[in-house]
Amino acid sequence: MNLADRRPRRASRPAGSTRGLRGLRGYVLLAAAPLLAMAAPAALAQDANLGRNLAATCANCHGTNGNARGDMKPLAGMAADKMLAMLADFKSGNQPATIMHQIAKGYSDAQAKAVADYFAAQKPAAK
Amino acid sequence: MTLHNPNTPAPRGTSRRRILGAGAAGIAVGTLGLAGCASMGGAPIGRVVVVGGGYGGATVARYLRLWGGNVDVTLIERNDTFVSCPISNLVLGGHKQIADVTRGYDGLRMAGVKVVKAEVTAVDAAGKKVRTSAGEFAYDRLVLSPGVDFMTEGVAGLQAALDSGRVQHAWKAGPQTLALRRQLEAMPDGGVYAMCIPLAPYRCPPGPYERACMVASYFKTAKPRSKVLVLDANPDITSKAGLFRKAWADHYAGIIEYKANAVLREVAGTTAKLEFEDVKADVLNVIPNQRAGDIARSAGIVNANNRWVGVNWLTTESTAAKGIHVLGDSTLSAPGMPKSGHMANQQAKVAAAAIIALLRGEPVNATPVVVNTCYSFVTARDVVHVASVHQFDAKDATFKTVPGSGGVSAAANQIEGRYALSWADNIWADALAG
Repeated sequence: MNLADRRPRRASRPAGSTRGLRGLRGYVLLAAAPLLAMAAPAALAQDANLGRNLAATCANCHGTNGNARGDMKPLAGMAADKMLAMLADFKSGNQPATIMHQIAKGYSDAQAKAVADYFAAQKPAAK
Repeated sequence: MTLHNPNTPAPRGTSRRRILGAGAAGIAVGTLGLAGCASMGGAPIGRVVVVGGGYGGATVARYLRLWGGNVDVTLIERNDTFVSCPISNLVLGGHKQIADVTRGYDGLRMAGVKVVKAEVTAVDAAGKKVRTSAGEFAYDRLVLSPGVDFMTEGVAGLQAALDSGRVQHAWKAGPQTLALRRQLEAMPDGGVYAMCIPLAPYRCPPGPYERACMVASYFKTAKPRSKVLVLDANPDITSKAGLFRKAWADHYAGIIEYKANAVLREVAGTTAKLEFEDVKADVLNVIPNQRAGDIARSAGIVNANNRWVGVNWLTTESTAAKGIHVLGDSTLSAPGMPKSGHMANQQAKVAAAAIIALLRGEPVNATPVVVNTCYSFVTARDVVHVASVHQFDAKDATFKTVPGSGGVSAAANQIEGRYALSWADNIWADALAG
């Protein structure tokens, strides 16, 4: 299923999200969220957890909410653009990998975006 | 898009929740607001009892607390500690100690899970309670994650051999792992270790072939005249076949011998009797045929091939009983989905999200995704993996592997040896909250 067809995914972020504001674009989208919530409340209720649920599929290796241990790459707090570029490079083969080139191909672009946005909003745990 | 699972009744409990559940489509903005308040404190949004503290059960308990806010979660487990099957083959090879694959439940306790050491004796689905050796526990939703139990009928002498300790399965990590290790240590050089592999499906498809590598790695240095005999009921190696064959040729030539279509008929002493030959071993290790854990059978929810529990993959709720969710090896696997600890952990997150939504009267996630990764050690340091990604297919109402995704290692390598151990550290912490 192409998630991009369903609704503007940006609206999915909870208004109380603690992620950093990244310029004017962020303000505009946050402002739009309540309107979308009125228009499609049931969809929003589900979508609010989409990034969380998808990101949880990474936690087995990359730690709960992206706080990895050992040799695994921590994902908590990674900028969304950086993660998306990395996933795209895994998919294309530009970035050599042991396993991530195979796993990245299992997610749609919209899902990758939801995952990246979720991890970007996570605080790295104190070590 | 599925808003409400039609097979799932409206959540029970307070009238407030019922009203909100029934009116979710119309007054969902209000629902969201109240759900937000509920997660900050006040009365629990529901009671969930989880049976079995392995990869599936521990993870669902942890994530119900992590994501659900105020969910009353009780985890019932018969053992004091979590002992991981993944990595436990390294204990057999002498490369790890059992303590290295053992973790406690204190992290879950700190996360607010009530961890109860008890044996579940019965599930009262109508009365919504489980009976245990430590009393009764009422629930709004029950999660069974009992793993597998063994089907020894059909193999004469097997149950008695297992009961006596003469033959180990070591397919549940713990005392059996240590007992098998002791047998290997006691075996004289020049002896034969034989392992019988059941027909698929069984827990951990690559596990037996990794075990052959680990035992062979021990023999290679400690008992170089000894043999590893792999008696496989399947027509070929069931997972990562090319990689295992290469590892056996590269590292264990003259030690590992493989026989396909070797269906075990009878166990006599440490002799494995196959259809056309008897194989005399010094150490016989039989991995029996498997089915859903016994508690699933006694709960009356084994409804697939008289072995497994069919579930609705959007919620992991049993197709045989409302309000009972089932995780991990006990389930009738979706196509291409292995029975693995990693997969049980992933299913547990689908379950946790769905149970919280159901308790709140909200729609469940209509597009869940699960991933599997299994690392196998072919030497003490070299590892191979198999990975797969499974997206929910609404039309066929099941998970399907994504075409073009997943795969296996190009070759055994030591980088993945490090990743495999880090995988264990991360998934244990993810499941056990510590």
